[in-house]
Amino acid sequence: MTATLERVDVVRAAPARGRSRARHRWTVLAFLAPAILGFLLFFGYPLVATIGFSFTKYDLINPPEWIGLENYSYMVTDKLFRTAVYNTLWFVVVLTVARVVFALGVASVIARLKSGVGLVRTLCYLPSLAPPVAATLVFFLVMRPNDGPLDAFLGWFGIEGPLWFADPAWAKPGITAVMLWVSGDLMIIILAAILDVPQEQYEAAELDGAGPVRRWWHITLPSISPVLMFGVVNSIILALQLFTQAVVAGSAASGSADVTGNTKILGFPENSTLTFPVWLYTQGFRYFDMGYAAAMATVLFVVSFAATAVLVQRMRKASYQEEGGPGA
Amino acid sequence: MTAVLDHRRTNWKSALDWVAVHSLGLALGLMFALPIVFVFLTAVMSDNQAFTKDLWPHEWHWGNFLEVFDKAPLLKYLGNSMLYSLLATAGMLLSSIPAAYALAKLQWRGRNAVFLLVVGAMMLPPQVVAVPLYDTWSSLGLTGTLWPLIVPYFLFDAFSIFLLRQFILTIPQSYVDAARVDGCTEFQALVRIVVPMARPGIAATALFCFLYTWNDYFGPLLYTGERPDEWTLSLALSSFKGMHHVQWNLAMAVTLLIMVPAVVLFVFAQRSFVKGITFTGVKG
Repeated sequence: MTATLERVDVVRAAPARGRSRARHRWTVLAFLAPAILGFLLFFGYPLVATIGFSFTKYDLINPPEWIGLENYSYMVTDKLFRTAVYNTLWFVVVLTVARVVFALGVASVIARLKSGVGLVRTLCYLPSLAPPVAATLVFFLVMRPNDGPLDAFLGWFGIEGPLWFADPAWAKPGITAVMLWVSGDLMIIILAAILDVPQEQYEAAELDGAGPVRRWWHITLPSISPVLMFGVVNSIILALQLFTQAVVAGSAASGSADVTGNTKILGFPENSTLTFPVWLYTQGFRYFDMGYAAAMATVLFVVSFAATAVLVQRMRKASYQEEGGPGA
Repeated sequence: MTAVLDHRRTNWKSALDWVAVHSLGLALGLMFALPIVFVFLTAVMSDNQAFTKDLWPHEWHWGNFLEVFDKAPLLKYLGNSMLYSLLATAGMLLSSIPAAYALAKLQWRGRNAVFLLVVGAMMLPPQVVAVPLYDTWSSLGLTGTLWPLIVPYFLFDAFSIFLLRQFILTIPQSYVDAARVDGCTEFQALVRIVVPMARPGIAATALFCFLYTWNDYFGPLLYTGERPDEWTLSLALSSFKGMHHVQWNLAMAVTLLIMVPAVVLFVFAQRSFVKGITFTGVKG
């Protein structure tokens, strides 16, 4: 009791004193100073500059030349821009659904294990530590046409595997497989949410005669829906940014030596791995058409912003509950 | 009588259920582990066998792990990766801890708006701001070095600020208030009370920062792509496959080597990792 009273006194006393209030303001400012400077330098300014550059023709050497909406109107006619949009949308849909369903499935199995939980959880999480470049190369080996382990496995069933990363129809599913293999972080988030569901709810349902499937469907799933929502938005953002895996898969499949200089390998085979960020990077930093790259970046920003707004809404709700709880 | 039968049936069912769930769990664990096993087996094969269908090495060529150091200046790339990851992590700790404290434990107007900006910056694809940033670093003559990657961490890292704030929020306000009553300045309250109490959270955030920079590909490609002397391991690995594309075994040996630091970190700090990940997600 007394403790609560004291706390109220402290909170009330603080704003009453003018000098300490001013000092408080300076403290806040001092703690935030690097962050404010960093935010302005590395996010605020470049974001505005990107939008500005998007109305110019700019090659890094000659000064930017104002061309109005030309970059944007060029987008409509740019065939590879459309390909890049299609590829990225493909990942937004397929990767998001696959990643959330897969992570939910794995987490649901792990949650029901009575022994060996730690081992299985560690095994599922370990691949997500691998650098994206390494993870992609791992799958490049596993899915090696003809003599790779996956084709050997399919061979037992008399199935002949496709060319995988060298086949335009299979390159995107191949990258999706890599992304599922490294989705251990989402699994652990979902697993934590499942383990947080109050046990009494399950017991009550069991008394009512509900089997494991019905309990999962009627109790587990609704209880963890905020986390699943987080998984969906998080996966959409991941898909919009897909770059490394696409570049590495394309370059490895093309057999080309040089990732840094050669533009032909980006999107290999037949532009099937040319995602939006890859095409943006190619335009800006391989063809040095910075204005067009900036216009694409602006489009990417608008779409990402919309996805982020949904996520922020969700997190605000969650953090509000967190702070609003007693004792916080 | 029926009750006994019922009971027996549930026992049977639950035993079957146990077996089903555990074999499924085992299968999942194997599924995640098998690719690494294949990579390992390939890495110790002879040059010729790495081309064949045989998955089990005829002879074990442990020397492959050493040979890769002759094929490429891996030690130099290792040094660059370390420089990037360690300096960035140190800078992140200096800049993000005070900012996270101000967002979690200090009362001030506009706090929520600033937090939203942090979350927004966290979600911004790096490609969106790449053009003007590259332009700026290039006019400073710093492209072709690792500095454009490291310097930002000394000022602002949105994800770390977000994660640290989540951890500091869990420290009871009464501890901080008590320190204030005892006459501590905010700086003293941060250093003496909050930092020691948030140590597991700080460890987790540092791990994530190290891992992110260690794994980063877009940044090093953008700034050091043209300067092989400044490549990091990730960048070198993506070219290694190409440079020695006939040598699967060596490419896979490098792939394994590049994973070692992250796995070692994980083994020693498993709990921090798991805590950090669950804090990243929204608590439902």
